[in-house]
Amino acid sequence: MLTNVTINGRTIAVPAGSTILSACRQADIKVPTLCHHPDQAVKAACRLCVVEVAGQRLLQPACSYPVSEGMVVNTATPAVREARRTILELLLSSHPPDCLQCPRSFTCELQQLASELNVRETPFPSRLRQLKQDQSTVSLKRIPDKCVNCRRCVHACLTTQGIGLLYTAGRGRDTVVQTSGNAPLHDVACVLCGQCLQACPVGAITEVDETEKVWDALADPAKHVVVQVAPAIRVALGEEFGGEAGSVVTGKLVSALRLLGFDRVFDTDFTADLTIIEEGHEFLHRLSHGGILPMITSCSPGWIKFAEHNYPAQLAHLSSCKSPQQMFGALAKTYYAEQIDLAPSSVFVVSVMPCTAKKYEAARPEMTSSGYRDVDVVLTTRELARMLKQAGIDWAGVPAGEFDAPLGISTGAGVIFGATGGVMEAALRTVYEVVSGKELGSLDFHAVRGMAGVKEAAIQIGDLVVNVGVAHGLANARQLMEQVANGTSPYHFIEIMCCLGGCIGGGGQPIPTTNAVREQRMRAIYSVDEAMTLRKSHQNPAVVKLYADFLKRPLGHKSHTLLHTEYVKRG
Amino acid sequence: MKYYRAHVLICSGSNCAIKGCRSVKQACEQEIIRHGLQGEVQVVDTGCLGLCDQGPALVVYPEGVMYGRLTPSDVLEIVSEHLLKGRLVHRLMQQPTGPAGEVSPLSMTPFFQKQKRVVLKNCGLIDPERIEDYVRAGGYTALATALDVMTPERVIAEIKQSGLRGRGGAGFPTGRKWEYTRVAAGQQKYIIGNADEGEPGTFKDRLILEGDPHLIIEGMAIAGYAIGATRGIVYIRGEYELSIHRMELAIRQARENGLLGEGILGSAFSFDLEVCAGAGAYVCGEETALIESIEGNRGEPRFKPPYPAEKGLWGQPTSVNNVETLANVPSIIEQGALWYRSLGTPNSPGTKVFTLTGNIVNSGLIEVPMGITLREVIYEIGGGIPDGKKFKMAQTGGTSGGCLAAAHLDIPMDYDSLQSHGSSLGSGALLIMDDTHCIVDLTRCFLKFFVHESCGQCTPCREGTPALYHLLGKVSAGAGGHADIQLINRLSRTMQSSSLCALGQTAPVPVLSALQHFWPEVEAHLNGRCPANKCVMGKAAGKIAN
Amino acid sequence: MAERQANSSQRQMILPFVDQPGGLLKALHALQNASPAHFLAPSDLKLVAEVFGVPEAKVWGTATFYSLYSTSPRGRHIIRVCESAPCYVVGAMDILKVLEETLDVKPGETTGDGRFTLEVASCLGVCGVAPALMVDLDVHGNLTRDRLNAILAEYA
Repeated sequence: MLTNVTINGRTIAVPAGSTILSACRQADIKVPTLCHHPDQAVKAACRLCVVEVAGQRLLQPACSYPVSEGMVVNTATPAVREARRTILELLLSSHPPDCLQCPRSFTCELQQLASELNVRETPFPSRLRQLKQDQSTVSLKRIPDKCVNCRRCVHACLTTQGIGLLYTAGRGRDTVVQTSGNAPLHDVACVLCGQCLQACPVGAITEVDETEKVWDALADPAKHVVVQVAPAIRVALGEEFGGEAGSVVTGKLVSALRLLGFDRVFDTDFTADLTIIEEGHEFLHRLSHGGILPMITSCSPGWIKFAEHNYPAQLAHLSSCKSPQQMFGALAKTYYAEQIDLAPSSVFVVSVMPCTAKKYEAARPEMTSSGYRDVDVVLTTRELARMLKQAGIDWAGVPAGEFDAPLGISTGAGVIFGATGGVMEAALRTVYEVVSGKELGSLDFHAVRGMAGVKEAAIQIGDLVVNVGVAHGLANARQLMEQVANGTSPYHFIEIMCCLGGCIGGGGQPIPTTNAVREQRMRAIYSVDEAMTLRKSHQNPAVVKLYADFLKRPLGHKSHTLLHTEYVKRG
Repeated sequence: MKYYRAHVLICSGSNCAIKGCRSVKQACEQEIIRHGLQGEVQVVDTGCLGLCDQGPALVVYPEGVMYGRLTPSDVLEIVSEHLLKGRLVHRLMQQPTGPAGEVSPLSMTPFFQKQKRVVLKNCGLIDPERIEDYVRAGGYTALATALDVMTPERVIAEIKQSGLRGRGGAGFPTGRKWEYTRVAAGQQKYIIGNADEGEPGTFKDRLILEGDPHLIIEGMAIAGYAIGATRGIVYIRGEYELSIHRMELAIRQARENGLLGEGILGSAFSFDLEVCAGAGAYVCGEETALIESIEGNRGEPRFKPPYPAEKGLWGQPTSVNNVETLANVPSIIEQGALWYRSLGTPNSPGTKVFTLTGNIVNSGLIEVPMGITLREVIYEIGGGIPDGKKFKMAQTGGTSGGCLAAAHLDIPMDYDSLQSHGSSLGSGALLIMDDTHCIVDLTRCFLKFFVHESCGQCTPCREGTPALYHLLGKVSAGAGGHADIQLINRLSRTMQSSSLCALGQTAPVPVLSALQHFWPEVEAHLNGRCPANKCVMGKAAGKIAN
Repeated sequence: MAERQANSSQRQMILPFVDQPGGLLKALHALQNASPAHFLAPSDLKLVAEVFGVPEAKVWGTATFYSLYSTSPRGRHIIRVCESAPCYVVGAMDILKVLEETLDVKPGETTGDGRFTLEVASCLGVCGVAPALMVDLDVHGNLTRDRLNAILAEYA
């Protein structure tokens, strides 16, 4: 069913029930928006998208107003221009004018709007509220003075993640997004996923910037500084330099890191492969020894913290495997340090992650099995981009490079960890072959790929049909966890990723990270996998060597002390 | 039934209760017992008579003599003189006597003479805490008529024909609202009585609920029957403790008498009511904010469409009607649409309850036919401006209404006439101000209210109300210029055109009407002078006060 | 232990509201009324969140929206002075000023002896007897400066 609507004199047919905004976009007419987010429910709160609808006394918000047959819309009349300008001036009067210092400069939607609407000053007096900043966590920083009350973070926390720690509080001019009692994030059940930050149009929520710590380490001649890069970085970093979403930039990434001065450039994909070996064996052990099932993956630190807060009685379902980031840190300061004959204290491990919760994970007291912090600093994709720009590295001219051995050797199974369903697919590729002793026909488990919130598959492995479930985004995770909690879960093995799309959609990724962008990055991840010669973790020669020389066997004593961990009931 | 020689009706509305009607009633009862009159004289608590400034007040029947501004010691005199000896106490009487000393009926006094009581027909005449009194006054016959001989469609047709429009402020035709709700698809429809009366200067819904709660139950049951709702909710401001108490009591009585519940009056229609108390938010008078509040949320208005008739409470078709609107329904069903149309004006049929406040002799509650002039209300019913002062302006429709000057005294009070003069009928608040007041100072006071009551959801209102308040402060302090007036105009236009709900859309109305009708006085401020000598000139106007 | 018992009696108090229209508001009213300091403590909000199955931040958002709720402790008696237009034009600001001086507090503050919290309010709906104020649930109208002391004396 189509509806005819005339916008700015041009008649077009749009699907019935469309909003004026989507009709405008179909007609390539730009309508400014601020509270609107393509993946969220309509809020109609900022009012910047008001348009004139013939026959209506008032201007109407394009984002919420439905089209009807024969409707005549004008998006740039003097009345509309005046209203938009006044609304924007009002917003600017209560927003700190510190674009120069703001980490969101150039990705700030308010700044962008001021530019597009040509608003260069506000006639209204400044109304800054001097609200308390929240710097209580190692991951996220909140600056409520910058909040524009769009409520996109509220939606991200409550609806997307099913947590609801942020909500609109107060009334009128005192309205602000807060936690209950305005408690610092550290004191509430925040999982530090950063999806609020991803949703924020301005700089009211940002990551804690740790680039200076890395510069200091790089400048310290006594430190051997190694860096590991998560799978999701290679399909996203290019966006920070104007590239298309989903461009694969692995080679440039490696060279750029070398140019920054890292002594070794390694790949978290290596420990992703290792995770599959450990976790796969843990799963098989649970299967054959009547262990607790379903077993649930443990790579995603936001998910882990969520489980610790919300499902303390179900923590035994979690795999005891550390995440690839932490396995890497532990090995870098033991196995690798021994190889290059350095004390663990001299090795400085930096990781580049698509994730703000990884900063928290690296700081957990359990993550010190080398005797030191296994990972010293976690940078998000955005922080790395900032360092590269600061160093004056001309991205366009950076040549392709290769990861260093041995911790830079990986397989396609490691790289797909970056997308939802990837850990499960990688595990299935290995578990199938280990159990059955047969080679898999097709390596692609399409049932567990894609953006559906909950995915499932049944795979015949030997005599057993293994039921697997996959969820991403914590609201979806909650569905599977409720089944686990009430004993009705039909699965043997569950993969949960904290963020929608998996790590490629993480809170540390380039802004914007929308579902459309997630899908592009996801396609890129699978293209990287397909291009690899080795696509199964158990074929990774460096992993095989690691077991032979150091770990001896999966789930062995060394593995236990270095690669496995315990969880905390946070209630 | 016991027969009494005389009845003493004591107003127990909120406005009187605070003036000590409890002690007056206590003194009255004690004194009656002391004189051994308890078998002859009955003391009855009743609803508001409307003459709030005369409270505490009582009326002695059968003579219909009203005594006002009473203290407990006055009562001793009334009992010993009037009730015992049959002699009027002239010094306390509120109405004149004829040449032969006869009492002219209360209804012939200037205050009541111009009134036409449809909504307030029982207020002051029955004991609101007794369902028997309501039934004896003809109550619940309209409901019986509707259930017996009318289809729901017929009820809606009658209401449509009557031309009844929403009395909460917007003036939307009630019959159409019901029809939309009736035809909307949904499993459980709701009728909501809106008594979240927050408009400054308005207390009509409070006094209707206190004075005649069964009228609202009857109106809502008829509405429920018409739209196909089996559940109703009366949402009452949290501050209205007595209204909540009387409504809950009336609901219990109605249930006990088979007027609420399963199969009402032997029909197939089932309907029940609940009371929901607000918690202090003016914006909850907006129907979708009210719905959010009932759902336990912040009272933030929803964007429309969809309208509540389609998706209201818990996503179900819902009709939200003001209490005064509902109070008109039984009379329309009983006496017919034609009768109703004989009152008021063609576009605004019926009567309207107004609340008179400010600098006026008789402050209180009145009900008059639509179309009466402001002059009649102020000078004939209201008794004029006290202390020999001059009328300066009247704000109609509450704080979101416009200010009218002396030149507008002969405008008919109906929806359309007031709107065409930049004001509104609104909730029926009439705030009268004498010539000692300053238009700029008052406008600031109006805006302060909106700053406090804006819900904070949409930008034009959240940010616009404090900005407008600030700009008016600048003008008030003599620091404003023509550029500020331009900015006030531009900001007001944006708030009106682009705010999400009526709060932000109407907040600038008093400002714009001030600029329109009182420009010379505003302009004097730009030149550093407050003609009324109210504004303090030269006060620093810095950033917007938080 | 004592705390747990109090918690369970409060839970019993609000449980009936769960399925009622406006139930969450009723629960907040009930808990605040039961509070000697007339406010909603963090434990109250937590309890409502748990019983109603909504996030605590959302309950906080609701509690901070409505002016009849307080999230900080208040005095034994709460004075709410109306400053809306009908009271304003007949002298509400004088009344407020006298109260501020007599009690030595600003709106929103509590007297040193914990006896009164002074608040300003939007319309109380008794404009027929303006200027007006409420002390707890009692309305006092037709206020004059001289009457204030007598009114305050009614509340220990």
